[in-house]
Amino acid sequence: MSFVSSIFEMLGREPANKPDDSAYSEDALAIHESKRDIKGKKERTAAIRAERDLARSHKWRNWRWASIVMVNGLFVLSFALDVQLIEGSMSASRVVGFHFADLNAALQVTLAFKEILINLVIGTVTVLILWWLLGGRTFCSWACPYHLLAEFGEFLHLRLAAGKLVRDMPMHRGLRTVLYIVFALLALGTGYTVFEAISPVGIVSRALIYGPGFALIWVAGLLLFEIFVTRRAWCRYMCPIGLTYGFVGITSPVHVKYELENCLHEGDCRKVCLVPHALEVTKKGYAKKVEVALGPDCTRCGLCVDICPTKSLTFDVKGLNKLL
Amino acid sequence: MSSDPALDIPRRKVTVRQLRERRRVLRSIGAGIGLVGASLLGFFPVVKQWMSRLRPPGAIEEAKFLAACIKCGQCVQVCPVEAIKLGDLDEGFSVGVPYIDAREQACDFSCDAVQCVLACPTGALSHNTDKKEQVRMGIARLSRPNACLARLGKGFKGPARGESHDGLHRYMEVDRWTPIRIADHPYDLEMCDLCMRECPIEGAITIERDTFELGKKSGTPIVFDKCVGCGMCEMICPVIPPAIVVDIRKTWENV
Repeated sequence: MSFVSSIFEMLGREPANKPDDSAYSEDALAIHESKRDIKGKKERTAAIRAERDLARSHKWRNWRWASIVMVNGLFVLSFALDVQLIEGSMSASRVVGFHFADLNAALQVTLAFKEILINLVIGTVTVLILWWLLGGRTFCSWACPYHLLAEFGEFLHLRLAAGKLVRDMPMHRGLRTVLYIVFALLALGTGYTVFEAISPVGIVSRALIYGPGFALIWVAGLLLFEIFVTRRAWCRYMCPIGLTYGFVGITSPVHVKYELENCLHEGDCRKVCLVPHALEVTKKGYAKKVEVALGPDCTRCGLCVDICPTKSLTFDVKGLNKLL
Repeated sequence: MSSDPALDIPRRKVTVRQLRERRRVLRSIGAGIGLVGASLLGFFPVVKQWMSRLRPPGAIEEAKFLAACIKCGQCVQVCPVEAIKLGDLDEGFSVGVPYIDAREQACDFSCDAVQCVLACPTGALSHNTDKKEQVRMGIARLSRPNACLARLGKGFKGPARGESHDGLHRYMEVDRWTPIRIADHPYDLEMCDLCMRECPIEGAITIERDTFELGKKSGTPIVFDKCVGCGMCEMICPVIPPAIVVDIRKTWENV
């Protein structure tokens, strides 16, 4: 049930309200009960958070930034030095000769062109398997070049918001699902890959590899919108690529695992998260089980893992524990 | 105070929360319409054909080409003379779609085996093309016969496009494998025949002599149906603007 509802939540449905006691597993109920009557909870939480802040870890963020820079850097260097290691750009490439195709770009092309292209199928299957193994939306936070720019924009937005200079204007998450369908229908109906004309992912990737163009103005406009109006507007509410990879991640073995036991429910994770609805389970009384895997909209960026003061959020690979 | 219950219209109270939610939905609708609208602006340059672009060898019919191209630029990467460029914002749906500006840098087939076609992952550059003779990009045309040096009976001395032009060309007699700058390969011709001389397709252009008078030399470049429209003649033509150009996507069937 929660599996299906997590998909609907990815598509835009508001997360469910706090469950009632009958929904908890026995262990979870015991933990929820025990948390009710701890004395000095506030002081304890404050102390634990203060300790975390003494040595803030940015381990996963740093690895992730290194990954984005490396992936895109390899494209750039490969062409600049003509070593033919990774040819092409984010939308399609050959990696040491093997076809890779971005799933969303391949989908747009197939809908517009209305022919099954064998190379594209090969590239799509390769990429599908790769990102399924790695976690679906892992693509967003570990490879997408726009994600890095958007994180910088988000940093500025939060600074401005802290100074009360801007206020986040949130949108309905269902917008992304609507746009996904609209762009699919546009490709199908017009025979043009309409979305590719405005995709900041393709534009930034090509600009890095082949040199900048006026299309970057559009990307700059998007970033300004994210800085001054809506926090992470593109990645949160609009990008169909994110949804495509979200579908891939539904059954992916790699995910962030939430453990109820030590959680302080202070909500630091939800504040840093790109998709806070995926962390709804961390609210007090929301976890039905003692261990919960976050839903497919989670980009596995690790910001919550870094910030969690009690290590209640960790990266986990399904089935690996059984093997070890 | 008297009150008539019939006039007591029950007014639905709107909470702050509901109001905020309503604004959020309206904002989302607005943003969605804005985004789709912005993407549809790409229609104009394409449908109105503001820009007619010479596509790389093997390109399928234009509308299909725009649909099939995945905008990855692998064709750009394999071209030894870097003839292929990618469309920018002003080209609408052709953002990221490859084209060739022949006057700046034409395709001279110095890769021998239509590498761009082999590189294309989608077949937007049709894999049915495997020899340069099969390519159909357009047809060359002597657009300004009165400016043509050959017709004027003039010779040509020096680099074809001046010292500063960065165009590359493979000169078989200089280096079989590496294209060099045109600027580094000056000519000394009694009568200009550059379009015919550097044409990579055998028998596509010849220069027919106009006169057999002693001491006089002049001729007219004639384009034959072997021409594939690569644009090499347009690049090498020393006249400004060029006397010979490629009619983009023109085929011999619709001449």
